[in-house]
Amino acid sequence: MMLSGWGRYPVLSCTARKVRGEADVIKLMASTTSLIARGAGRAYGDAALNSQMTLLMEGSDRILFFDEETGRLTCEAGVLLADILNVFVPQGWFPPVTPGTQYVTVGGMIASDVHGKNHHGAGSFGEYVESLDLAVSDGRTLRCADDENTDLFNATIGGMGLTGVILRATFRMLRIETDLIVQETIRANNLREAFDVLESSLSATYSVAWIDSLAQGDKLGRSVVFTGEHLAAAELPKDRASVPFSAKLPNGRKVPFDFPGMTLNKFSVSAFNALYVGSRRFGRSLINFQPYFYPLDSIAEWNRIYGRAGFVQYQVAFPRESSFEGISAILRTASDYGLGSFLSVLKLCGRQRNSPLSFPREGYTLTLDYPIRARTFSMLLELDRIVDDHEGRIYLAKDARMGARMLERGYPRIAEFAAVRQRFDPDRKMRSLLSDRLGI
Amino acid sequence: MMIASPVLIVGAASDIGRAIAAEYAKAGASLILAARNVSRLEPDVKDLFYRYKADAQLMELDILDEGQREALLGKLTEVPGTVISVAGVLGDEVAAWSSVAAANHIMQVNYVAPSLLLGALANLMAERPGACIIGISSVAGDRGRKKNYTYGSAKAGFTAFLSGLRNRFGSSGLHVLTVKPGFVATRMTEGMALPPFLTASPQQVASSIISAHRKKKDVLYVLGVWRGIMFIIRAIPERMFKSMDI
Repeated sequence: MMLSGWGRYPVLSCTARKVRGEADVIKLMASTTSLIARGAGRAYGDAALNSQMTLLMEGSDRILFFDEETGRLTCEAGVLLADILNVFVPQGWFPPVTPGTQYVTVGGMIASDVHGKNHHGAGSFGEYVESLDLAVSDGRTLRCADDENTDLFNATIGGMGLTGVILRATFRMLRIETDLIVQETIRANNLREAFDVLESSLSATYSVAWIDSLAQGDKLGRSVVFTGEHLAAAELPKDRASVPFSAKLPNGRKVPFDFPGMTLNKFSVSAFNALYVGSRRFGRSLINFQPYFYPLDSIAEWNRIYGRAGFVQYQVAFPRESSFEGISAILRTASDYGLGSFLSVLKLCGRQRNSPLSFPREGYTLTLDYPIRARTFSMLLELDRIVDDHEGRIYLAKDARMGARMLERGYPRIAEFAAVRQRFDPDRKMRSLLSDRLGI
Repeated sequence: MMIASPVLIVGAASDIGRAIAAEYAKAGASLILAARNVSRLEPDVKDLFYRYKADAQLMELDILDEGQREALLGKLTEVPGTVISVAGVLGDEVAAWSSVAAANHIMQVNYVAPSLLLGALANLMAERPGACIIGISSVAGDRGRKKNYTYGSAKAGFTAFLSGLRNRFGSSGLHVLTVKPGFVATRMTEGMALPPFLTASPQQVASSIISAHRKKKDVLYVLGVWRGIMFIIRAIPERMFKSMDI
């Protein structure tokens, strides 16, 4: 089966097997010398590709326990976040952390230690995982938690599936009173203003900025900042006063075919950005959580707009001190190349989690995406140098092309991760195209 | 139309069985899941509860075991409102040509055992208003072909059995639905190169079954294209058909 990540680059012919539960995982693990688990396939690059054996986990998707008092949820790793939302939002519960799409699995969220618009206050998803069951390469299933197999637990959170196959996890959900979000939309005319707005929004539960990646000169980094709060039941508007949770389900529109590669050229991206940044309505508004958290989920298969060749997403995180310089330099370089990014996102993150490969760290993270072109890779190499010069790091769940040196420079605790792997997987059974590329 | 509960699913551990369980749970039905080594479905019972607030109980059943079939009937505390048989096995056609045991297994699982079970259940359910029996048969039963005629003939027998059952209860109201899914992407077909436009997902099969159930349909081709394909295949004169390679 030909498989790729969400960026549709690279594509690899893989032996893929559907998994329905723990017994299938154990059996398949014993039958091969190399494998990786794959959730919803939403990592952008090559993290969930293994030509010898890729386990398709989406059929292992049972919800096993939910405590209505504490919000504690136990489920199998293949459960989709979208299903969790459909079942639990109407009951007044929300995931403690959500990435920008709901079409991810719980196993994928743990393996990538995903973060969301509340990272500055709430941290990454791993902070809410109380325990997980991991099938390791020698055939055992190990319970991992803060106080049980602690090293393995921390290495698995953000570990890109390389410590074993996550079978089940328990995490805490958060209480919500309505499914609405009070959104504040604030204009920022340049990068400095965007930073100022994000800094002054630290008390907001959610905050994120969309950047016009092609703006230049004194407009460099102009953005729209969105903050958000869950609406309290007492503040419901009159027409929804008795309806804290509307029964509406997401209704995806599809991109029906691959756009020709030319569609997203400099001018159309620029037009998109100008439209978005230039003509937004600013101020307070009330919106459903779906469009607030998952604006792109309403266009199913939006990854096809980049055409057949696919695209790479480039997400970097800088320490706070070097964030402004690093991000300015990246935006300037990208703008000089004239390769517009369809969606460019800036976020101020909070404290880093105690996991050796966890991506988010205190400081700013910037996300850009670029269709695959000859120039793309040379530009990204230039961006790599800027990242390295400013002590930044690249998000493995997005990456499809960096080299081993960037990994070592960006993740100083990589040796600690390697040591845990050596203990639990001495024969390197757990591997992916990503781990082979990076020599992990 | 209301779905009559409880819904007994025979072969509940299969991919189609699981999808059907979810679909009926979503519709508010209570479930009885019957399968071999049924304790492996305990996580599914929890899932059906937490997702849909559905009540599901497990019953051990090896459909080939006559004693277990009878025991199942004895264990039912109430007459099922709906019975869905997903039991089936594709088997190895070439092996069945030379092995009586292999051929017999395919015939037993696809025809003899489910027919005997559904026949016994029909006797119990005949008087129950709104009752429905659903059998998953196959388009392969529409005409015997060299590639799968052992399986196909068993499914043909099952289709004829369901048709006869429908005719027998036609005036009394017991609804009998014959389902011909065509290709389905399941464990049974994993690794086979199936053309996407002829292949349904287990979820598609389940949702079209519940809608055909509600509409009181007699025969369901899950993907409409199969009705046309099988019409053409049936229409080919035997004289030509016998030398064709399809």
